[in-house]
Amino acid sequence: MSHLDNHYIPASKQRETPGPGLNWIGKSMKRVEDPRLLAGKGRYVDDVVLPNMAHAAVLRSPHAHARIKSIDVSKAEALPGVALVMTGAQAFELTGPIASFASPPVVQYCMAVDRVRHVGEAVAAVVAEDRYVAEDALDLIEVEYELLPVTVDPEAAATATGEAVLHPDRGPTNCVFDNSFKFGTVDEDFAKADVVVKRRIKWGRSGAQPLETCGTVAEFDEGTGKYTAYANSNFYAAIGFIVAGALKVPATHLKVIPTIAGGSFGSKLFNHKNLTLTCMLARAAGQPVKYMEDRLDNILNADAHGSDRIYDAELALRKDGTMLSLRFTVVDDYGAYLQYGIGTHGNALSQVTGPYRIGSFGMRLIAVVTNKCQQGAYRGFGSEVTNFVMERLVDAAADQLGFDPVELRRKNLILPHEFPYVMPTGNIYDSGNYQAVLAKALELASYDRWKAKQAEARKEGRYVGIGVATCQERSVYSPTEWWSLNPLETPGFALTSAPEGVSVRIDPTGKIFAQLNAPFWGNSPETVVTQVLAEQFTVDPSDITIGYADSDAAFNGFGPGGSRFTVMVTGAIVTATTRLKAKLRKLAGHMLEADENDLEFRNGKVGVKGAPGLEKSIADVALMANFFRMSFPDTPEFDSGLETTAVYDHPLTTPPAEDRRHLGIFYPIMGHMCHVAVVEVDPLTGKIDFLDYAAVHDAGTMVNPITLGGHIMGGTAMGIGTAVYEEFRYDENGQLLNASFADYHIPTAHEIPKVKIGHIETPSPYTEYGIKGGGEGGRMGAPSAVVRAVEDALKPFKISIDGVPIPPSKIRDLVRASPAAAA
Amino acid sequence: MSTINITVKVNGKPRKATVPPRLLLSDFIRQNLNLPGTHVGCEHGVCGCCTVIVDGAPARSCLMFAVQADGSEITTVESLGRVDSLHPIQQAFWEEHGLQCGFCTPGMLILAYDLLQRNPNPTEEEVRDVVSDNLCRCTGYQNIINSILKAAGKMRDAEANAPARADVAAVSKMEAVQ
Repeated sequence: MSHLDNHYIPASKQRETPGPGLNWIGKSMKRVEDPRLLAGKGRYVDDVVLPNMAHAAVLRSPHAHARIKSIDVSKAEALPGVALVMTGAQAFELTGPIASFASPPVVQYCMAVDRVRHVGEAVAAVVAEDRYVAEDALDLIEVEYELLPVTVDPEAAATATGEAVLHPDRGPTNCVFDNSFKFGTVDEDFAKADVVVKRRIKWGRSGAQPLETCGTVAEFDEGTGKYTAYANSNFYAAIGFIVAGALKVPATHLKVIPTIAGGSFGSKLFNHKNLTLTCMLARAAGQPVKYMEDRLDNILNADAHGSDRIYDAELALRKDGTMLSLRFTVVDDYGAYLQYGIGTHGNALSQVTGPYRIGSFGMRLIAVVTNKCQQGAYRGFGSEVTNFVMERLVDAAADQLGFDPVELRRKNLILPHEFPYVMPTGNIYDSGNYQAVLAKALELASYDRWKAKQAEARKEGRYVGIGVATCQERSVYSPTEWWSLNPLETPGFALTSAPEGVSVRIDPTGKIFAQLNAPFWGNSPETVVTQVLAEQFTVDPSDITIGYADSDAAFNGFGPGGSRFTVMVTGAIVTATTRLKAKLRKLAGHMLEADENDLEFRNGKVGVKGAPGLEKSIADVALMANFFRMSFPDTPEFDSGLETTAVYDHPLTTPPAEDRRHLGIFYPIMGHMCHVAVVEVDPLTGKIDFLDYAAVHDAGTMVNPITLGGHIMGGTAMGIGTAVYEEFRYDENGQLLNASFADYHIPTAHEIPKVKIGHIETPSPYTEYGIKGGGEGGRMGAPSAVVRAVEDALKPFKISIDGVPIPPSKIRDLVRASPAAAA
Repeated sequence: MSTINITVKVNGKPRKATVPPRLLLSDFIRQNLNLPGTHVGCEHGVCGCCTVIVDGAPARSCLMFAVQADGSEITTVESLGRVDSLHPIQQAFWEEHGLQCGFCTPGMLILAYDLLQRNPNPTEEEVRDVVSDNLCRCTGYQNIINSILKAAGKMRDAEANAPARADVAAVSKMEAVQ
């Protein structure tokens, strides 16, 4: 009996198929969002100014772990221009706990109540006439702390006791989760292996650090008892009710107006703490309040640090290179709180065995809390890490077995006829052509030519290396990842369809207006929706306008994240346009005295098939539909208006097995990529120069190739940052040593190579038009390719690179400590 | 707190203000002059989102006080083009997908504008060097570099075009002075 014996794959609900007849989908379009951004008229959250608005600043803990003994705010309150000073204890009286998706939850408030758990945690807030005065007042607040023992080493966290325990209600140590999972015949597969490749792999803590920080402008209307908040939260549609709960009002009493986000990459997914804090301050101050994090606030406390993991990982193979099984123990340092539970590991299990035919998988997950900023979402949400672990093991296996790394991959890649492919955890890979992606990437990178050049360079004493990574990019998440690994008795969730909605109306002049219940976060929602609507209605994009619903006007929706938005909103549009087109046909049929079933949409008109000229423009029909009801029969289907709201549920998700021997289908729309990096390394200085870089991605049917290319390039740049330059470094006292852009090194144009981009399109059989998500890809492949390229360049030194980042100093240290250097 | 009277010329218009000496130029531009196109990303002079031109050279407006700009001429992104009549640099960024979230964009546009004033025909390496002054987290920079190279071509073409265009430019210059 297989562990997948009750696993099933539901039938496809796809309505629109991909094909050569598409006019707008697949065309590189200039983004409709851009002119206003280019002209400085973007209206980001910090551009929002309300009458009588005051400004907040937040006092942050200088200690990593301490009890707050007392806070004296009298001098701060006496400062002219200060409207309000609020301590965490006072905030505790006004607000409830903020979101935690851990089960059981780790209790957290918008400010520290009586104890700080990391440097930068909010201790008190000031509202003043301007930000300058508010920051002056922070200096006048006197806090007495009693220092507590600090935990920074994740592997020591499990042995912490007494006062060193951050959340005593979660158990007697700082280990908040320790459980093992087995999917398939792991032990048997390891027992029959000829070779077991083992590596200890470290993934350092980095973060998205978008150039715009998080912010909120909030006001409270005493008359209606209602909050209105402008915020750059990405999931305001999904989590608004949780913020309202923290504010102790019904969800109907918090209107969130989304502002465009100056980048997120996951880091603004919820932005719930900032929202809660600012709303609370606005109500207490009796006037509108703006709170914009400065960069220090953001780095220290925006709850947006990425994964921070140590793996002891093993790959079992036959000596002919056939991969059999993967298993690992992972310790993840989540920082001081656990807002998304262990969801970043649930996410990774969607593709943990990579694009390879591997029959079983086992994991022990140890999640710990330490006195650091808590983790949040960051491009990849944990899957970028397992991609790296898998690829490190594959390269290590190639070295150990004497295989060419490309050949070993090619031998194990899942074949095109094997889709839909059920991987060991039960998630499926819907479709793919991994061989085609690999072939195209090798060609684009001139792989064979570089191989030859590499050999020549070695003779000249130059260190040129080539790294190839073949990685998965899951897309269109359903939130199973947030709860499937939780204790069986307290999963905390049930299966959800994570819906996305759209509202479409055609006005009396035939112009189409669509509203989204999801914000712009640096992607191109307006352009995507415009393209799909133009496709559906056969109209010109200039006839389409896109708006954003605030939460009063809104409908079902989650928002962008997990590379889901394009697929999900396209599904909603297809539902909406199917309804509106049926009505347009009915109306036009009456106007043309034709059978509605004989009508087609062509060039923005509804016309009789095979009868050119016998047609009505959408504008002609829309005018009648909106204003001239009496010209139509007196039956309900002709009632006034052309307007609908449509909601699309996740196209393919199934529940986990009750005993979790598999997790069901939860992240099935599977993209794929191959990155090839060619570098030259100077072993004396550790400097890396890129000689070439190619990235080929398969995100299914492409909607807008130029913007997909932008995601690939930008994601690759972030991946290079993660691999080489970026790491939040805490010292033994829990002080963040590099909390500025001067010290936390985001790559500049000099560090990022030109990336040659290629696409393969293997449509999804499950989504409309066969689209897959593609927002995270570059960062999910680049670290593996870059690290292998560096390792390959330094082959003569016989070193193995088992972690990121690898800044020049680290490379230099590795070279100096290498057996070859010692010899 | 004491205040100081200053006069600056911003995007061709003289502006008088009374400001506290510690007011940052970036806040003065965004809040006092209501020109929010200039963005603030780090406020410690690294990211360059707040770059404006002060007396002919790019400057981080978060590293200057407003009072230091007294008597200066300042150019911000709002002076380049409007939503319905983009400047060739903005047009090139649009065509080459030189922006995603748009937050670093005003700073990049100002850098590009300054570069192309000084050097109408830059090499790719010269452009890369200038772009490396500022951070972008979305694009991976290549499309920004492509945009600036394309803009350089557009602006050279416009320059080389019929003299009628030069006349128009001269007329608008005269109007701005009035």
